[in-house]
Amino acid sequence: MNILATIIPQIILATEEGGNTEEAAHAIVPGITSGALVEWAWLIPVVPLVAAFLIVFVGKKSPFKGWLMAELSIGFVAVYGTVLFVLNATQGIVYEGQVEIARIGELTLEWGWMVDGLSIMMYFLVGVVGLLVFTYAKSYMHGDIRFTWFFASFSLFAGGMLVLVASPNMIQLIVGWELVGVASYLLIGHYWEDLTNVDAANTAFMVNKVADAGLFLGVIIMALSVGSFRFNDVIDVVVHGEEGALSQYAFWAGLLIFIGAMGKSAQFPLHVWLPDAMAGPTPVSALMHAATMVTAGVYLLGRLFPFYIDPSGLFGGDVRNIIIVIGGITLFLMGFLAVVQDDIKKVLAYSTVSQLGYMVAAMGAGAYTAGLFHLFTHAFFKALLFLAAGSIIHAVHSNNMVDMGGLRKKMPITFWTFVMGTLALVGIFPFAGFFSKDEILASIRYAGESGQEVANLILFLGIAGAFLTAFYMMRLVALTFFGTYKGHAKPHESPKMMVYPMIGLAFFALTAGWVNIPGVYTGFTTWVATRVPLTGMGDHHSESFDWTLVAITSAVVVTSLVIAWLLYGKDADTQSERDRFRIPGLWPLFQNLYYIPSFYMRAIVRPIMGPMANAVLWFDMHVIDAVVNGVGAGSVAFARVVRATDEDVVDTVYNATAAATGVSGSVLRKAVSGRVQQYAAFSFIGVLVIVVLFIVF
Amino acid sequence: MNWFENGWGLSLIVFLPVIGAAVVLAMPKAKEAAIKWVALIFALVTLALSVVLAVQFDYSAADTYQFGTPIDTPWISAINAHFHIAVDGISLPMVVLAALITVLVIIYSWNHWPEPHNPKLLLAFVLILATGMTGTFVALDLVLFFVFFEVVLLPMYFMIGIWGDTSIRTVPVFGWKMEMRLYASLKFFVFTLFGSAFMLLGFIALYFKSEEFLGYRSFSIVELSDLGAAGVFVGTFGMLVFLGLFLGFAVKVPMWPLHTWLPDAHTAAPTIGSVILAAILLKLGTYGFIRIAIPILPDEALRWAPFIGVLAVIGIIYGSFACLAQTDMKRLIAYSSVGHMGFVMLGIATMTDVGINAAIIGMVAHGLITGLLFFIAGSMSHRYHTRDMRRIGGTMVKMPKMGVLLGFAAMASLGLPALAGFWGEFMALLASFDPNPLIGETSLFRGLMVVGAIGTVLTAGYMLYMLRNVDFGSPSAEFADTPLEDVDTAEWLAWTPLVLLTLAVGIFPGIIFNATNDAVISLVAKAFGG
Repeated sequence: MNILATIIPQIILATEEGGNTEEAAHAIVPGITSGALVEWAWLIPVVPLVAAFLIVFVGKKSPFKGWLMAELSIGFVAVYGTVLFVLNATQGIVYEGQVEIARIGELTLEWGWMVDGLSIMMYFLVGVVGLLVFTYAKSYMHGDIRFTWFFASFSLFAGGMLVLVASPNMIQLIVGWELVGVASYLLIGHYWEDLTNVDAANTAFMVNKVADAGLFLGVIIMALSVGSFRFNDVIDVVVHGEEGALSQYAFWAGLLIFIGAMGKSAQFPLHVWLPDAMAGPTPVSALMHAATMVTAGVYLLGRLFPFYIDPSGLFGGDVRNIIIVIGGITLFLMGFLAVVQDDIKKVLAYSTVSQLGYMVAAMGAGAYTAGLFHLFTHAFFKALLFLAAGSIIHAVHSNNMVDMGGLRKKMPITFWTFVMGTLALVGIFPFAGFFSKDEILASIRYAGESGQEVANLILFLGIAGAFLTAFYMMRLVALTFFGTYKGHAKPHESPKMMVYPMIGLAFFALTAGWVNIPGVYTGFTTWVATRVPLTGMGDHHSESFDWTLVAITSAVVVTSLVIAWLLYGKDADTQSERDRFRIPGLWPLFQNLYYIPSFYMRAIVRPIMGPMANAVLWFDMHVIDAVVNGVGAGSVAFARVVRATDEDVVDTVYNATAAATGVSGSVLRKAVSGRVQQYAAFSFIGVLVIVVLFIVF
Repeated sequence: MNWFENGWGLSLIVFLPVIGAAVVLAMPKAKEAAIKWVALIFALVTLALSVVLAVQFDYSAADTYQFGTPIDTPWISAINAHFHIAVDGISLPMVVLAALITVLVIIYSWNHWPEPHNPKLLLAFVLILATGMTGTFVALDLVLFFVFFEVVLLPMYFMIGIWGDTSIRTVPVFGWKMEMRLYASLKFFVFTLFGSAFMLLGFIALYFKSEEFLGYRSFSIVELSDLGAAGVFVGTFGMLVFLGLFLGFAVKVPMWPLHTWLPDAHTAAPTIGSVILAAILLKLGTYGFIRIAIPILPDEALRWAPFIGVLAVIGIIYGSFACLAQTDMKRLIAYSSVGHMGFVMLGIATMTDVGINAAIIGMVAHGLITGLLFFIAGSMSHRYHTRDMRRIGGTMVKMPKMGVLLGFAAMASLGLPALAGFWGEFMALLASFDPNPLIGETSLFRGLMVVGAIGTVLTAGYMLYMLRNVDFGSPSAEFADTPLEDVDTAEWLAWTPLVLLTLAVGIFPGIIFNATNDAVISLVAKAFGG
C-alpha cells in the first residue's frame, strides 16, 4: 500500500574510475541535487498527459476548443525545461525521484523522474520545439474537423515522450515508448475516413510493435540480470565491470534493446513507417521528426551509453559495431530516397531518417556527445523545415513539388526561414548542423583511428551522406522556390501565428550549434554529462576542429549544392528537368524504397493475414473441432462408465449431473421448438434442485 | 464486525446472490421494474460487502486465509466434506471482480434484453452464476469447489441455449445443421462436463489417498496442500491425478487444443453471457491451477510445466492467427481470449512467484478488458444487427463515443503499457526468462518467451485490423443513412467502471500486486521449497 512517496534521494554515480584528465574535465560536479525545483519536476510529464485527458472530456467547451489547454501545458514544459536547462548549464543538476508502485516477486516497480543533463536537454527540446509547433498548429489546423481531438492527441504525444525521457527505469521507459507509439497512431490516422491514412497509421504502429518486442525482451534480459529495472543499477554494474548475469547476456540484451531503438528511430530496415507517417497533418511531422518519437531511440542509446561503450569489455561493446553499421547504412541509403521524391514532406522525411543514421552511427562510434548534439540541433532545424513546408502546403494546397515553384517572392519569410533550415541541415558554417555534423564525423574518424575498424568505412559513408543531403536539399529549394509557379491555388504568406514559430526556430537553426564549438566553447559537452560518467568511458570530444575533415566536408557540400543547382536551378520550370536524375535501374529502386516495403508485404504481412491465418482457422474447424464433436458425443457414455465403477460420492454427484444433462437436454429441444417460457421456467427448477441438493444437502 | 470476519461476511457474499435469485423467482413475472431493482440491489449489496472485504483485508498477511469459516465447519459429514471458505491475496481480487461484473451486467441489462424477453429468468441466472463464481474462488474444500464449479455451468448453459444466437450453423465435417445457440450450448456443456469428470476423479483419488498420510480421508485443500508440500503425491498416482485436474482446468481456461467450445459459446451467447464467460468463467480454470493443482501436486506441476508452457504459447500464436482470419467481430474477440489466456498460462507454467503474479493480474485485466470488449461488441451488433466486420465500418462517424471506447478497449487488449493488460503480458514474458530452476527447462522457456513476444506483435495486428474495419473508414452504404444511437446511459454506467479500473490497474498495478504478491510468494515457497 506504499503508493505514496518513497522518494529516494539521488545517488551520484561513482566517477572515480580511471580516465584521463582531458575528459575528466567535462564531468562537472552537480550543484543542484535536491530542492523543490527538481522534486516537482514530475509535473513535466504529468501536466501534458492530464491536459490530454481534460481536452478529450471538456476540450470543446474550453477556450479555443482545447488548444489553449494544450498550449499552456506545453508552455509549462517549455518554461520548466528552460529553467532547468539554464540552471544545469550554470550549476549542474542531478536528481532522481522514485515512487514505488508495486512489488512483484523480488522486483520493485516504480514510477519516477530523472532530472539530469540528458533528460533536461530533452525536456528543453520537447518543451521549446513543442511550444512553437503547438502555436503554429492552432493556425494550421484552423477549421479542421477534429481540431479538439487533434490537440488531445498532440498533448498525449508530447506527454508520452516526456514520460519516456523522464524515466529512471526501463518499465516506465516502455510505458512512455508505447504511449508515444499510440499517440502517433492517432495522429497519423487523424484523417481516418480515408483508409489509406489508417493503413499508414497501422504500418507505423506495427513496425514499432515489432521493434518493441525486441525492446521488451532486451529489457527483460537486462533487468533480470541486474535484478532491477533502474538504469542506474545497470550502469552501476557496468561501471564497476562486474562479471555476472549481465555480462553473460550483455550481447543479446544490448542487441535487442537496439532493435527497439531502431524501430522508433526508423533505422534501416525498420525505416518503412516514417515516410508513411506523412499521412498525418504537417505539425505532427514537425514534432515527430524533431523532438519526439524518432529521437527516442537515440535517447535510449544515450541513456544506456555506458553499457554500450563498455569500458571493461564485458558488456555491450560488441553491439556497437552493429549499431555503427546500421547507422551508416541508414544515413547513406536513405539519402538516395530523398533525392527522387516529388512530395516535399517525403524529401524531408527521408532526410530525417538519414540524419538519424548519423546520430546512431555516432552512438555506435562511442560518441555520446556528438550523437546527442546532432539530435539537439537537428530538432530545431528539422522542425523548422517541416513547419515551413507546412506553410507552403497550406498556401498551395498540395504536397507535390510539381505544383510549386517560384514561391520565393510570394512567401518571402517562408523562403528565408526555409533557406536557413536548409543551410543548417546541409552543414554550412556557422549554422547549427555544421558543428554537430562535423563533431559526428570527427568522432567517427577518431573511433576508426582508435581501433574500431569499421568506423573508417562509415566515415566515407558519412561524407557521401553529406553530399546527398546537400543535393536533395538544393533540389528541394530549387523546385519549390525558384522558377515559376505551377500550382492552381493563389499562394500568399502564411498568417503570423504560423510565421513567428518559424522565425523562432530559424533563430535556433542558426545558433543552436554555438553551444559546442571545439576550442572555443564546449558547454554542451558538460551539460549532457552531468549524469553519465564519461570519465574513462571513451567518449571522444575533440578540443579543436579536425581541419582536414572540415575542409573535405565543406568542399563536398558546396560541390553538391552547385551540382544540384546546375541540374535543377537553371530551368526548374520544365517538368522534364525533374527526370534528369532518374537513372535507369536505380530510380525505380529508390522510388520503391529498395523494395523493402513490398518485401514485407509479400513475405510477411500477406502470408500471415491470408494463407496462414486461414489455415489455422480451417484446422480449428475441420480438425480440432471435428475431434471435439466426436469426443463430445462420447462423453456422456464415458461419464456413465465412470459412474458405474465408482463409489457413493461419485454416484451422488453424477446422478445429479447426469440428471441435469438429461433434463436440460430435452428442455432445450423443446425450448427451441417454441414454448420457451414454460420450459425455461421448468428447466430452472432443475437447476434449483441441484443447487439446493448440494448447498443445503 | 466480528460476525463479518469469522465467515458470515464471506458466506453472505457467496449466497446473497442466490437468495436474490430465489426472491426474483418468487416475484410475479409482470413486475419487471421491481424484479430489476431487486436483482440490482442484491448484486450491489454483494459488491459493497466484497469492497468491505477488500478494505478490511489485512494486506500484511495476504498469504493467510482471512474472513473464513473454521476449517472444520461441518457440511457433508458422510464424506468428511467441510464448508470451509476463506479468501487470501490470490482469491480476493477475483471475488471483487466477480461481484463487480455481476452488478455491471445487471445494469447493462436494464434496457438491453435479449430475445426471448424474460428478465426474470435471465436475472435469476445471472445471480446464480454470481454465487457459483464467487463460491469457486473462496472454496477451500474440493467438494465445495466442485459444486460451485458445476453450479456455474448450468445457468450459463441455459443462458446460451435460450437467449443465444438463433442463426443456423452448419457444423464442418459432420454436416449437422443446427441453431447456433443449441450447438454452442451443448458443446459448452458437454465439453466442460468432460473436463470436470476427470477433475472429479482426481479429487476423489486424492481423497482416498490422503488416508494413508492423515489417517482419515480429506477433501480439504489446505490439508491436501500441506501433504503436497511434503511431496507425498508422486509417481504414477500423482501423474494421473494431475492429468485429471489438468483436463478439468484446461478446458475451462481454455488451453489449446481444448478451446473450441469457446469461440462458439462466446459468439452464440447473449452479450451479458459473453461478458460473464470472458470476465469470470475462464478464470475458474486458471484459478484452479493456482489454488489446487500446483500446491497439491507441486512435483507433477513441475514435470508438466514445459508441456503447459508449450500449449500456452501455441494458444497465443494460434489464437492470434485465428483472429486474423475472422470476419465476425465477436468471434475475433473470443479467439483473442485464447491468446490472452495463453499468456496467463505461460505465467503459471513458469512456476515462479513473478509468473503466477503475472497470471493473476492477467486474469483481472482480461476480465476487465475483454468484458468491456464483449459489452461493446454486443451493443454494436445490437445496433447494426450484424457482427460482420466487412459490413460494419466508420463507427467513429456513426457513433463516435462507441468508437472511442472500442479503440480504448482494443488498445488495452493489445497490452498497451499503462493500461491493465500490459502487466500480465509483460510479466509473463519476464517470468519465462527465469522459470523455476526445478523445471530444468530454462532454455525451452526462453524460447517460449521469444515466441510469446512475437505473439504480442500478432495481438497488436489483429486488434488494429479490427479497429481498421470497424472504427475507421466511412460508413458503408448499408448503414450510411441509418441513425444509430451512441452509447446510452445504462451502457455508460456499466462500462465506465471497467474503463476506470483498466486505467487504475494499469497505472497502479499495486492495486492487484499488493494483494497477491505475498500470497503468491508463500504459495511458491511452500510448493517448491522456496
